[in-house]
Amino acid sequence: MASVGEVLEGKSICICAGSGGVGKTTTSAAIATGMAAQGLKVCVLTIDPAKRLADSLGLAELGNEARRVDPALFEEQGIEMKGELWAMMLDAKATFDELIARQAPDEESRDRVLNNRIYQQISSALAGSQEYMAMEKLFELHTEGGFDLLVLDTPPTRNALDFLDAPKRLTQFIEGKSMRMFMKPTGLAAKVTGRGVSVVLGVFKRLVGFDLIADLAEFFNAFSSMVDGFQARAKRVNSLLADPETCFLVVCGPQGEPIDEAVYFHRKLVEAKLPFGGVIVNKVHYPADELEAEVDDLPAALAEKLGDQNLAKRTADNFADYQALAERDARNIDHLASELRTSCVIRVPYLDEDVHDLHGLTEIDRYLFASAEERVEMAAGRA
Amino acid sequence: MASFGLEIPLRGYSYGTRLFLPATEIARNQSIPDLLDKRLVIVTGKGGVGKTTVAVALGLRAASEGKRTIVCEVSSQENTSRMFEHAAVGFHEVEMEENLWSISIDPDESMREYVLLQLKVRAMRDMLFRSRIFNYLAAATPGLKELVTIGKIWELAQLDRKVKSGRKYDLVIVDAPATGHGVGFLQTPRTFASIARVGPIHSQAQQLDRFITDQENTGTAIVALPEEMPVNESMALERDLRDEVGVAVDRVYLNGLYPERFKKEEAEKLSALAETENGASRAAARAALSEFGRARSQRQQLARLKRGVKAPVKTLPFLFEPELDVEAARKLAGKLG
Repeated sequence: MASVGEVLEGKSICICAGSGGVGKTTTSAAIATGMAAQGLKVCVLTIDPAKRLADSLGLAELGNEARRVDPALFEEQGIEMKGELWAMMLDAKATFDELIARQAPDEESRDRVLNNRIYQQISSALAGSQEYMAMEKLFELHTEGGFDLLVLDTPPTRNALDFLDAPKRLTQFIEGKSMRMFMKPTGLAAKVTGRGVSVVLGVFKRLVGFDLIADLAEFFNAFSSMVDGFQARAKRVNSLLADPETCFLVVCGPQGEPIDEAVYFHRKLVEAKLPFGGVIVNKVHYPADELEAEVDDLPAALAEKLGDQNLAKRTADNFADYQALAERDARNIDHLASELRTSCVIRVPYLDEDVHDLHGLTEIDRYLFASAEERVEMAAGRA
Repeated sequence: MASFGLEIPLRGYSYGTRLFLPATEIARNQSIPDLLDKRLVIVTGKGGVGKTTVAVALGLRAASEGKRTIVCEVSSQENTSRMFEHAAVGFHEVEMEENLWSISIDPDESMREYVLLQLKVRAMRDMLFRSRIFNYLAAATPGLKELVTIGKIWELAQLDRKVKSGRKYDLVIVDAPATGHGVGFLQTPRTFASIARVGPIHSQAQQLDRFITDQENTGTAIVALPEEMPVNESMALERDLRDEVGVAVDRVYLNGLYPERFKKEEAEKLSALAETENGASRAAARAALSEFGRARSQRQQLARLKRGVKAPVKTLPFLFEPELDVEAARKLAGKLG
């Protein structure tokens, strides 16, 4: 079982994917910190609107530009930082605006798009535009940023499919070929398909209100000059994702539901022919057999050593509760490994302390960058 | 709340009447009329905090108090039906237990139903459904999916159901999408009302916004975890829900609180043991110290949460159980304050 350092050897992009609430943001930040400590110039991108990454890196806020994390912070934590750690939080709307400015043939077309109400909606609200812009920013940083490694924390989509399909869906929407045809009342389509279409349009207008249709038509007209540029760029983004230097890591928790989602997500990666690197399971309870802790009568053994029957019983009960969780975790992780047909399952134990700062990140790194044997040793408190 | 006890049981969607074995009695601590007497309760919070478990627990609790309750899922993941080890329910109101129904609200189905209710001329509906351009338009209209989803929730909460032979519910509970999408989801009606300035959908969107922000009949419960960042996010979420969406935040449920099993002096003893012993005693002592440390830091988070939100904070215990099934939710149901 490899460490994250080995998995990411020679990679220039690492994409952490998984469902919400499994510690993806923290894991991304920990991976970036660990790789930077080894001497690389690393940038971590987060899309989470909750500013968690900024919190965990001790930055008051993150903007839509990469900012370097103060090296003094690592010194304070006693971390040897051989490389550089940079971080940014994606502002989907700002990125989309920049992209429009770059793709527009002239200022007038640019402003027509930026001022369109449909555009304003999709750039900030349409599901998928965040994901698409994350890819876009990733692409931009990859080609222009001069980083050795980019670590992307994906948004907390509940449905993994959304995330992978986002670029395609959004370009389809922007292209909207069939729609644009129908928008023009005198277009070829109207002649071919005849009255049926205009009736449908009429009914739809009645359902949603006239303005909306007019805005949509205006949007597609304004966008028409940029469609080719968008398509070309989307193609390059897609090939970057499939590049052998890109590595997808699936992040999950040890409970049944996040494990199921990790399996599902892995299947989607394989179907999309995207490079899967391994899976990181957070908050794992390590089982006692790995801790060499099997014993016949624990309460009696504890009572003898503690000299307190009641405390011994509570300690033993508590241990039994933890063991039950550990057995569940082991079962779920076995299932995960066999479903994914991978031995690259990195288990990060449920740490005693809540991880929300640089100190916590380095605690996680001790596990992410260790071998499997070292991880068990550490979890047992022996290393 | 009105009682429907004398009515002939309504048959929604031909499921007929099912007989249920009496469920295990829920041991209640106190009644919670301010929350469960509303018509709609939205359960929200970030991903992975246990929204579904809390939504189902609230549903079980309301059902045990005799309220006809439906738990709505909007993520199409069938988490609720799976919890009851029931086949997927889809866009149907299916009874899980006595007085407790479940539905998975699919936006496409909601759209279809909306059109059916709006257009009385059958030929026109058929043409619309067959039309590819209609599907394109519906998919391309920002927020329309969310809007029709909220529209369906509204429809379920009506005493005079729009859907033919629809059942009357006393309480509708929504297992909302994970935030940051959550606030956006609830804001959709208002946003939509401002985009579509004319036409029937404009006034309908306004009506939905009034429904969501009707603090007397609609409430929200935020689910949080006792950790630093989830607590920060719950405080921000409460502020956004109140100030930006304008809904009532009735509860913050702090989920997964560890019991305080050990005292400080005991932890010291265990700490000494962990350092000198090997094997099982050591592992057990370490587990106890973990428990002690987490229980303590969680109480600090609880105190911080209480200071940081206006709504009453209620705690739900961490359940040392491998999977959170319906029996686990039933345990929590009795502890809901």
